[in-house]
Amino acid sequence: MAGLSLQRFSAVLIKEFIQMRRDRITFGMMIGLPIIQLMLFGFAINSDPRHLPTLVELNDNGPLTRAVIAGMQNSSYFDFRGPISGVAAGEEALRRGDANFVIVIPEHFERDVVRGHNPQILVAADASDPSAAGGAVAALSGIVSTAIAETLTGPLAKPASVAPFGVVVHREYNPEGKTSTNIVPGLLAIILSMTMVMITAVAIVKETERGTMEMLISTPVRPLEVMLGKILPYVFVGYVQTAVFLVAAMAVFNVPFEGSLWAFFLGFNLFIIVNLALGFLISTAAKNQMQAMQLSFFTILPSILLSGFMFPFAGMPAWAQFIGTGVPATHFLKIVRKVMLKGGELGDVTGELWALVVILIAISAIAMLRYRQTLD
Amino acid sequence: MSDLPPATPAPLVIDVTGLTKSFGEKRVVDHFDIKVPRGAIYGFLGPNGSGKTTTIRMLCGLLTPDEGSGTCLGFDVRKQAGRIKEQVGYMTQKFSLYEDLSIRENLDFIGRMYRIDRRKQRVDQALGDLGLADRAGQLAGTLSGGWKQRLALAACLLHEPQLLLLDEPTAGVDPKARRDFWDEIRRLSARGVTVLVSTHYMDEAVQCDFITYIAYGKKLIDGPSGKIPELVGLETWRVEGEALPALEAKLKSEPGVEQVARFGTVLHVSGTDKDALRATVKRFEAEGTQRWSLQVAGLEEAFIYLMAGARDNFATPTGKAA
Repeated sequence: MAGLSLQRFSAVLIKEFIQMRRDRITFGMMIGLPIIQLMLFGFAINSDPRHLPTLVELNDNGPLTRAVIAGMQNSSYFDFRGPISGVAAGEEALRRGDANFVIVIPEHFERDVVRGHNPQILVAADASDPSAAGGAVAALSGIVSTAIAETLTGPLAKPASVAPFGVVVHREYNPEGKTSTNIVPGLLAIILSMTMVMITAVAIVKETERGTMEMLISTPVRPLEVMLGKILPYVFVGYVQTAVFLVAAMAVFNVPFEGSLWAFFLGFNLFIIVNLALGFLISTAAKNQMQAMQLSFFTILPSILLSGFMFPFAGMPAWAQFIGTGVPATHFLKIVRKVMLKGGELGDVTGELWALVVILIAISAIAMLRYRQTLD
Repeated sequence: MSDLPPATPAPLVIDVTGLTKSFGEKRVVDHFDIKVPRGAIYGFLGPNGSGKTTTIRMLCGLLTPDEGSGTCLGFDVRKQAGRIKEQVGYMTQKFSLYEDLSIRENLDFIGRMYRIDRRKQRVDQALGDLGLADRAGQLAGTLSGGWKQRLALAACLLHEPQLLLLDEPTAGVDPKARRDFWDEIRRLSARGVTVLVSTHYMDEAVQCDFITYIAYGKKLIDGPSGKIPELVGLETWRVEGEALPALEAKLKSEPGVEQVARFGTVLHVSGTDKDALRATVKRFEAEGTQRWSLQVAGLEEAFIYLMAGARDNFATPTGKAA
């Protein structure tokens, strides 16, 4: 074998393993990342979400109604959070995201069933949350039939072929059930997290890697000046991305923009800044550009999987929701969906804006503590 | 210290005692003291990893000392790093300007960092002095090693610092450029700028007014460069004649001989135990044909002696506590 040496080959192999072992962060990512993500996403993600918050407007109250409600509760798809009264209250709850479903039992429901007038139960579902409604709605007809079979016995029993009442499902905010309407607004959150975090982290780590950071901190420059000076150019990049996104969303995907521009503007500015701060934080931990990329990527997966972008937030187990609450994209996603699809105003998104502010303060504080004016 | 020139007790620009810094288990700088008078050129010598860079970084506020205290330019090295940075020009070992910025952009950037007045004028002036006025738009990364070094020096002089800290400024630079560089350092020193410079080169050490020699983070020798051989306590004999290579090999294991160095056609035989050395010299003088003469030990012998005594600090010291 001319030119190929096993010895040289194994020398390179051994060297690579030694370097791999020395690069603790990369090594940790290689081993830890798959395990963490498997545990996290394997258990957290649920494409058939259950225990979705549901409100019920009871305009009738009898054995049949109770049986239907109990059946829905037992199916574990619906989690009744209490009664409400009036159409406006139901709509408000859906828009604020307090409930995924509002169920309306019409007046004289029981009487109409017995008389064979075929009354209708209205189920208003928040269809801006993809796949949240699907499984639950599909399970509904079975639940209702069972409830009837158990309640209407004896002379009231109906032949199985005739449905004594109907269930009407209103898919709010996305009446056609278009996937693009669900996905596109959320994509802004993902695009911004991905690029903003990575660009900032890499730009700062580059200084350390090339040795220019040593020169920089030997000048009287303050940490805040470096942080702001490095971050602001990328805020501009974020603006350009958002503008491109909005044009594409409306012109190409026909996604509506129903709500307040002002609420949207505040939300995306805050979100961009949070992401840049996160990138800055990553840069204080990463030793080289490669590590910065890897760590950035590590933060992007939760943004995709735990934020409610791909899978309904309410359908995740409590601990996953807890982690998801710490992910900035979760809150921004809610803002975008509320504003663009549900016509949300500033008052509807204050909770999410505050959540972003809290995350921003936490990230910036850690980043500033970690960024040193010295080389210690 | 009594080594300062008695005539003009110049005010001290750097006055620190007990500076100590550890990275993990390793004590990189161990109770280091230094007093640097205004306008002096102070040479930092020592093998790789002896703590020269760490000491310089502590002096300009890039590292916080674990122990020790003192002042640099009258400011506390522990608490007033910000004030020190404003008046110090620090030139890093590695080229640390932006390779993807042009020469002018780099100087402009540095000028802004120090908020200098008449920035445009001073940058133009610096470009002119460098002889780079017509290449101001060229990317700094495309410059050769010697030019990069000159640019780096110009950048750290832009804010007219009181104190220059130069960390192996001439590593990898050709002899002509090195000589020009030192001419510039001399001019600055004459204007009252204090210069602290670390180096590996003997010809540069000779240019310094004061020299301190560091190994394993500890100061071994410190004083005016003229007094270094005396401080080392070396006696040197000069040998001329035939068959020097054979003599050199033989001498190395003789009592009293600690160092045999070859300078062209002569040998310099040195040792600190003068009596033992003289006995050996007498014996060889009687046996051989070479001519022996006692000469004043120079800085060069002293350094070769010091360098030979200290192994590379990256090697694990055996039987050492620190």
